[in-house]
Amino acid sequence: MNTTDYSRILANGVWHQNTGLVVLLGLCPLLAVTGTVINGLGLGLATLLTLITTNLAVSLARGVIRPEIRIPAYVLIIASTVTVIQMLMQAWWHELYQVLGIFIPLIVTNCAIIGRAEAFASRNPPLPALLDGFATGLGFCLTLVLLGGLRELLGRGTLFSQAQLMFGAAGENLQLQVIPQHPGFLIAILPPGAFIGLGLLIAARNGLQARAANRRLRRPNGDVDVRTVSMENT
Amino acid sequence: MVNKPVDSNSWRSALALGLIAILGTALLAVVNQLTRDRIDEQERRAVLKQLEQLVPAQRYDNAMHDDVYTFVDSRWFPGDQLVTVYRARRQGQPVAAVFRLLARDGYNGDIRLLVGVNVNGTLAGVRVISHKETPGLGDAIETSRSNWILDFDGRSLDQPQLRDWAVKRDGGVFDQFTGATITPRAVVNAVRRTLEYYADHRDAVFSRLAEPPTAKAN
Repeated sequence: MNTTDYSRILANGVWHQNTGLVVLLGLCPLLAVTGTVINGLGLGLATLLTLITTNLAVSLARGVIRPEIRIPAYVLIIASTVTVIQMLMQAWWHELYQVLGIFIPLIVTNCAIIGRAEAFASRNPPLPALLDGFATGLGFCLTLVLLGGLRELLGRGTLFSQAQLMFGAAGENLQLQVIPQHPGFLIAILPPGAFIGLGLLIAARNGLQARAANRRLRRPNGDVDVRTVSMENT
Repeated sequence: MVNKPVDSNSWRSALALGLIAILGTALLAVVNQLTRDRIDEQERRAVLKQLEQLVPAQRYDNAMHDDVYTFVDSRWFPGDQLVTVYRARRQGQPVAAVFRLLARDGYNGDIRLLVGVNVNGTLAGVRVISHKETPGLGDAIETSRSNWILDFDGRSLDQPQLRDWAVKRDGGVFDQFTGATITPRAVVNAVRRTLEYYADHRDAVFSRLAEPPTAKAN
């Protein structure tokens, strides 16, 4: 593996194959907890940690896991990892754990995790698998934070409210009142706001992607043409 | 087919799966052992923090968190709910009781409440632990959103009179919120019923034996 491969893994996880915006996996937690930046960040980091650990474990065990037992083996690995993370959160970020509640154990059912185990970690050595878990988790986490920020900003006019759930007493002053005297824009906080917000983020990402592709197309020496780019997206 | 020997690949697979299961279980056992005490302590602290909003630490000297019993009484607390009562005492004398209960008639599901009643029947205060009311409308029952719930402090069954223990829409004295009557109505009614229960059971509330702490409070 050379550096290009590593940067491709990163770019895939964060941009080209972004779990939330392109692959559209794990939408249930994504839509449910993104009322605020901090909630999004909390679930995002927990998912990131899960992905790094499960990808690494699956890659290490890929020699002994035969194809016919791979699904139960992945489920065992993922469930153990998530339970460990759940216990650690309960012990050290108890209030945040209570806010995120059922969505922490439900990380087990996030298809993105078993998806990465199957599609990448089971076929690659530990280091690239670890990086792929990091990149995929980072992409998912960024999406959660962006959507949480969008909804919190529109819905409440604040950012980083309730930061003390994650950062303890130091977080109490982190809240930014971005829009003073914000009257509250309910639909952004309610479930429909999650769908609309995600739609807007997907549209924005596709818009950026199309612009970049156009620019490359106009350059005579560009080696990517718009059709391969859109293939990559689907 | 009948006597076909199990091939070695199947054995290897079974062994691998068993190994992963054992490793996973061992890991969980170790982490559980390491975090169990801290999780208990955190849960205890979370409950105490809520209780102390209603009954400040200087008012009592017992282990309020453990001086607890539960009961079901659908006459005052409808819907088969388990009500938890924490007792605060000072030098053995009753100071206040904090009821943890559900208001089951919220706009969207149960509203979990803490209702603190001083030994003389006045309210030490009311707090919402959790709810699923509409953000921006019904969530004014939270202290982080408005001061509405502080209006209960010091009230009792005589203050206001029983017939005024309702939201203004129902002819009582308690404010409702713009666009949300059902949520405050549910809270007001649950608090009134708690006070009525207390008036009827005052001695029993403080004399019942404490139950051993359960692993998980509901």
